[in-house]
Amino acid sequence: MNTHPAPHRPGPLPTSMQVENGQLRHLLTVEGLGRPLIEQILDNAESFAGMNDQGVKKLPLLRGKTVANLFFEASTRTRTTFELAAKRLSADVLSLNMNASATTKGETLLDTLRNLEAMQCDMFVVRHADSGAAHFIARHVAPHISVINAGDGRHAHPTQALLDVFTIRRHKGELSKLRVAIVGDVLHSRVARSQIHALNTLATGEVRVIGPRTLLPAAVEQLGVQVYHSMEQGLKDVDVVIMLRLQKERMQGAFIPSEHEYFLRYGLDAKRLALAHPEAIVMHPGPANRGVEIASEVADGPQSVILQQVTYGLSVRMAVMSMVMGVSPQVRA
Amino acid sequence: MRRLIRGGRIIDPANGIDRIADLAIADGRIVGLDPGDFQADAHIDARGLTIIPGLIDLAVRLREPGQEHKATIASECRAAAAAGITTVCAMPDTVPPIDSPADVRLVRQKARNAHAARVAVFGALTQGLDGNHLTEMAALRDAGCVGVTNALRPLASPLILRRALEYAASLGLIVVVQPLEHTLMPDGCAHEGPVASRLGLPGIPVAAETAALGQILALVEQTGARVHFGRLSSAAAVRDLQRAIADGLPVSGDVAAHQLFLTEMDVADFNALCHVLPPLRNARDLKALRAGVADGTLIAICSDHQPHEDDAKLMPFPATEPGISALETLLPLALRLVDEGSLTLVEAIRSVTCGPAQILGLNGGNLAPGRPADICIFDPEAEWSLDVEQLHSRGRNTPFQGWALRGRVRHTLVRGEPIYESSEHSDPHV
Repeated sequence: MNTHPAPHRPGPLPTSMQVENGQLRHLLTVEGLGRPLIEQILDNAESFAGMNDQGVKKLPLLRGKTVANLFFEASTRTRTTFELAAKRLSADVLSLNMNASATTKGETLLDTLRNLEAMQCDMFVVRHADSGAAHFIARHVAPHISVINAGDGRHAHPTQALLDVFTIRRHKGELSKLRVAIVGDVLHSRVARSQIHALNTLATGEVRVIGPRTLLPAAVEQLGVQVYHSMEQGLKDVDVVIMLRLQKERMQGAFIPSEHEYFLRYGLDAKRLALAHPEAIVMHPGPANRGVEIASEVADGPQSVILQQVTYGLSVRMAVMSMVMGVSPQVRA
Repeated sequence: MRRLIRGGRIIDPANGIDRIADLAIADGRIVGLDPGDFQADAHIDARGLTIIPGLIDLAVRLREPGQEHKATIASECRAAAAAGITTVCAMPDTVPPIDSPADVRLVRQKARNAHAARVAVFGALTQGLDGNHLTEMAALRDAGCVGVTNALRPLASPLILRRALEYAASLGLIVVVQPLEHTLMPDGCAHEGPVASRLGLPGIPVAAETAALGQILALVEQTGARVHFGRLSSAAAVRDLQRAIADGLPVSGDVAAHQLFLTEMDVADFNALCHVLPPLRNARDLKALRAGVADGTLIAICSDHQPHEDDAKLMPFPATEPGISALETLLPLALRLVDEGSLTLVEAIRSVTCGPAQILGLNGGNLAPGRPADICIFDPEAEWSLDVEQLHSRGRNTPFQGWALRGRVRHTLVRGEPIYESSEHSDPHV
């Protein structure tokens, strides 16, 4: 029986669509989630992190469920961590490279979704090059399917942002006293947008963005950040430095004159890092361009928590997947 | 056929008329008001109704030839008739584009066969709208084109634009330009502002409009060509146009009705029905556009009708096709501007009748004796709610679904003959 509504014309999507009866229904964006829900995700992630630390790596929370990773855009790291997270929750996992499949043969996105629905999937993890793709899919999937946004265009990458704040919380504790700087290509970064929403929702002391005007979105200050065009000024006394990847392919678009000048102006090396708080941590969503946005001495240095972000990503994604399926973790750290 | 429309409130901004009278029609033309012993073959009881010149819509996509899955000339001419529009100006960006006399004749013939609204055709400015090679504009004019335009397609260079303006001017053809500097909006799909920044949508800055506008104004000053700027979207563009008009340049401008009601905020939540080009801008722009209509800087309000099949909007926002199916909201939205205090009733009606007629030198939009009897009769008090399933257009793509509107068309006449008639009892919208 066809349980989903017939295709209908799009209308505004209520931002509350992510939450149903107080439970996480989809995870499309951090925006509008609310502090209690974000903290619940982080707490649940803490449980999974504790479990991993103890060596028990698999739980039966999603046994019998099928997770489909729909990656319309290339990704290795994110797809792998979602896949691993689903497997650790005992789900059956399909990982589909959609660029090489039906949509390139002319099938519409909706037709593709209908076929996957017909295969009795329970969760779609979606990455797509267009902003709003995850919202679009969530608007049109059958009622029993949950959608997790694994990155849509420049819009949102909520699990990455949640693992980032999880990392900050683990290392620095209470966020209300912290200064956090996000450095680089904010314009094209879905990660940065989600980080800003997450940090502000958690009442972080101060959120800064640092970059040339070519790489900052219009009216970025309306997202609730302080804007700096100078690393020397922007890094002063910050507790957390989040470096963003500068996509080399976008350097041809006259966003910056050269990698060389970018590194000289906005690259993070030990000298610049010294401007921050002495115990500041350095983060990067990866993959990092060494010598372009970050020097190896910093990426591999004692203040770097880049690899821990990857580890924590697994716990956060396990937390989100279990929550959208309505099952809570049964372990405690 | 001699017809008498009895007892309605006649508003004819072109002739400064606003009073209750009988309107006589004979042989497809206006005879006059309160014609005394006029012997009519047929009557229309218009008591309680408002009688105005048939609406003239400056920017309509009929989608035929080539995109009949979206709409047809017949379907959209009938939708226009139901909306009180008696002349639609067809844009040439069909598939293939309307760039030859044969194309023009085909469209006009199909329009005649539809027995609904008239169609005035804009010819392509460049061959295949390629932006490089001028069309045979003299032949297009002789085939009946009312002007030339490259629609939303960019021209290859300012030099091509200059040549196009000079050549069109030598033929007395008006050039319609939708000013957008495409190189300033790579992949852009929403107004460059806080909403697009939040949603991660590639932006279209106001400067994409004003940079193009400024360049064209410089060339108008150089060439003396008549240029009409279609579908302006920003306060800055209204300001620049106002200065140009004050300087005596032969330019004019219009605005799409949806730009007077929607802003970038309506794009929030990725509402693809609000994906339009130029994009919906901010509240300050909206206010300036309304003021521009009120003070006459923007001489016309058009629908910028772009019907789409459902699938065109069933994709992630940036991948959807821009445009709104808008014929049937043109009059009620114009009337809503009156309700909201932005325009007087006469100003609102002027902007959809004699205003657009003046730009193109059309014989319509006017109820003076001897003029074609193209007439819209509407119930100004009828309140209704827009239901997309009840639209006459093939396109259901409107963000105004569920809006409470006022003013329902009861009769539309072209050349004195009814092309649409509705009654309160049979009207499915009510």
